[in-house]
Amino acid sequence: MSPATVVTGIGITAPNGLGARHYWDATRTGRSAIAPATRFDPTGYPAQLAGEITDFTAEDHLPGPLLAQTDRVTRLALLAADWALADAGITPSTLDAYAMGVVTASSSGGFEFGQNELRALWSKGSRHVSAYQAFAWFYAVNTGQISIRHGMKGPSGVVVSDQAGGLDALAQARRHIRKGTPLVLSGGLDASLCPWGWVAQLASERLSTSRDPHRAYLPFDAAAHGHVPGEGGALLLLEDADAARDRGAHVYGEIAGYGATFDPAPTSGRPPTLRRAIELALDDARTAPADIDVVFADAAALPELDRIETRALTDVFGAHAVPVTAPKTMIGRLNSGAAPLDVAAALLALRDGLIPPTVNVTPDPSHPIDLVTEARPAALRTALVLARGHGGFNSALVVRAADPGRHDAPADPREGRT
Amino acid sequence: MTARRVVITGIGVLAPGGIGTKDFWSLLSEGRTATQAITLFDPAPFRSRVAAQAAFDPEEHGLGPQEVRRMDRAAQFAVVTARQALTDSGLDRSEHPPHRIGVTLGSAVGASMTLDQEYRVVSDGGRLEHVSHAYAPRHLYNAFVPSSFAAETAWAVAAEGPTTVVSTGCTSGIDAVGHAVELIRDGSADVMVAGATDAPISPITLACFDAIKATTPRNDDPAHASRPFDGTRNGFVLGEGAALFVLEELQAARRRGAHIYAEIAGYAQRCNAFHMTGLRPDGAEMATAIDAALAEARTHPSDIDYVSAHGSGTKQNDRHETAALKKSLGDHAYRVPVSSIKSMVGHSLGAIGSIEIAACALAMENHVVPPTANLHTPDPECDLDYVPLTARDWRTDTVLTVGSGFGGFQSAMVLTRPGRNAA
Repeated sequence: MSPATVVTGIGITAPNGLGARHYWDATRTGRSAIAPATRFDPTGYPAQLAGEITDFTAEDHLPGPLLAQTDRVTRLALLAADWALADAGITPSTLDAYAMGVVTASSSGGFEFGQNELRALWSKGSRHVSAYQAFAWFYAVNTGQISIRHGMKGPSGVVVSDQAGGLDALAQARRHIRKGTPLVLSGGLDASLCPWGWVAQLASERLSTSRDPHRAYLPFDAAAHGHVPGEGGALLLLEDADAARDRGAHVYGEIAGYGATFDPAPTSGRPPTLRRAIELALDDARTAPADIDVVFADAAALPELDRIETRALTDVFGAHAVPVTAPKTMIGRLNSGAAPLDVAAALLALRDGLIPPTVNVTPDPSHPIDLVTEARPAALRTALVLARGHGGFNSALVVRAADPGRHDAPADPREGRT
Repeated sequence: MTARRVVITGIGVLAPGGIGTKDFWSLLSEGRTATQAITLFDPAPFRSRVAAQAAFDPEEHGLGPQEVRRMDRAAQFAVVTARQALTDSGLDRSEHPPHRIGVTLGSAVGASMTLDQEYRVVSDGGRLEHVSHAYAPRHLYNAFVPSSFAAETAWAVAAEGPTTVVSTGCTSGIDAVGHAVELIRDGSADVMVAGATDAPISPITLACFDAIKATTPRNDDPAHASRPFDGTRNGFVLGEGAALFVLEELQAARRRGAHIYAEIAGYAQRCNAFHMTGLRPDGAEMATAIDAALAEARTHPSDIDYVSAHGSGTKQNDRHETAALKKSLGDHAYRVPVSSIKSMVGHSLGAIGSIEIAACALAMENHVVPPTANLHTPDPECDLDYVPLTARDWRTDTVLTVGSGFGGFQSAMVLTRPGRNAA
């Protein structure tokens, strides 16, 4: 029997809260961060709202040499990594370097860095392209930089599966732990809120063109018409359960089950596969549908994709049988950052016995699900998190509460090391 | 329960100088090089103007005009080689439900070629900071997030199991296959279509490698520009291509009478946690990865018949890697043939690890090890047997392949010939 994988540290950079405490304070009370984009001028683009992190000053957290060579997403990732380690009470320099790994998900890498260098290339010429372009934009950059900053040499990885990637990274981290690496920092972030990133996301035809922050991202609502992009994400410190217990660590919960599937080609006539991903995750967790206390939905907010998600949930759980929530309605869709953040929210929800709300949404009666639109106290032991990526990626992950009786607060993010 | 063992039963390869295993192996076994002056675009402004380009016509390889429009060149490579691998495997798809087949695709730089071309248009040649969405193509999102490559590949082979892109820079080609092996071992899938692709020969990539002088400026002699382990080497030659494999559980492959190229018996990945582009000369972390891969394969260093080197042709790499091999293999490092096919097909970043696995499987198939081309003047600090210039007839049953990349990633994989009667 493989050892269990538990979460002992949470590092969050989210639009409605920098640091786990601020994020959770905002999320459980339904505080939204969706607003007109300010990191670039959205005038002239059909979509203008975003979930931006507005209280992050990289210079406060990172040394100058790192600032010169990093995209915004990597700066956020380094901060989230620092906080996850601090929250877990881990000082990497005191541990065996090969006993620590890093697995991150990325969707679009250091896209703004890439944008700036493409602009330099085409407006000024190839000799004006930064030497750091050789790595600052690519998908592996966060894992590489985190491993260097903290001296983590163990089995690591980088996955790209659009919004599903955040769960795929946690699953790979769990695989490393099962094979004998006791500690893996894992999760995902994205931050591509720049003109070039905006144009690329507009091409998906999935962005909301609403100008009203309260009416822009409405999953499972009759008015669903697309999503708002956001930035940030979460990194979690995953540990072998025995190792965590031996060092007396605070445990948020267990990564208990995971499943992933891919949808058939749109022209194949075959059915979508989200239901199977859920069933695989439940089987892996040795959990029956009735044991799931809350579902953190993918919440695409496109009518067809919402219908597919509702269908999968009702097929597995029955109609109105389990509370479903989408706190990402407060911050937008964060690509690879979305699902690790939902996993963090699920763990905090289990701890506090409180389901955070889905804001702004009036559930469409054609969706027979129990959508939680006001924060709801509930006894919670087990949560299911869903994530889907563009093209047909489906991932599902089950988290289970740690032993009851521990109610430690997450570390104050302002105390994070720099 | 006995651990599930994973074997290669199908190979698709698209490399500079050789599309398909037959032409690819001819190039390698004859020691020919596919490096040339760049013709994909005008390289005049760049310091390094040589590359190993694939002579690839997508429609000749069965892609329709709409597939070509929506896919980056690297995705096209992946789909073509996935189909080749599936055909080569002889797999009867009716015996494998789609949900038991997955895809793991490696790529270091994703759709960088499409992003470069489309940025130029939406910015009107770099003039507009506020780039124009009106000039963005419908399929730009596929370039924004390169998981689209895995999606295209999964559609091409009708896979509905676990599907993802693995992007660990220049070790992606080993790590993607290693990831897929783990999914079969842990029961997540029975068949994986896995490998890696990259098509990085574009202005932005040339420019950034120029800036750090990683690529060779040997523009006057393109055919002999890639010189791993040679004292006169001065940087790598960029390449492109893909190799994908059909991986199966050993017993299932035997039951259906599949041709088995090799077992993937051991794999390990480590980070140097040192520098995004720099390497310590002692090769310690690569050696640790090699040791772990050998241990997983239950293989003694002296059992290794051939080492497929990373051998990029930078002084830093060649010395780092030589030190790592000595650390892991001991005296056997001096006896085992070690070669770098990058001397012939260039360095295709994330793809090359899989292309080298294909070369290893074919070396085992033919009992021939490919040479390191252009190696005339050995670097005195690189004193192993790098199989200079000419392929060698050599009993090859157990192979080690290694990779090293930006971000500090170090990977190693051991391929063996599964015994006829082994459990």
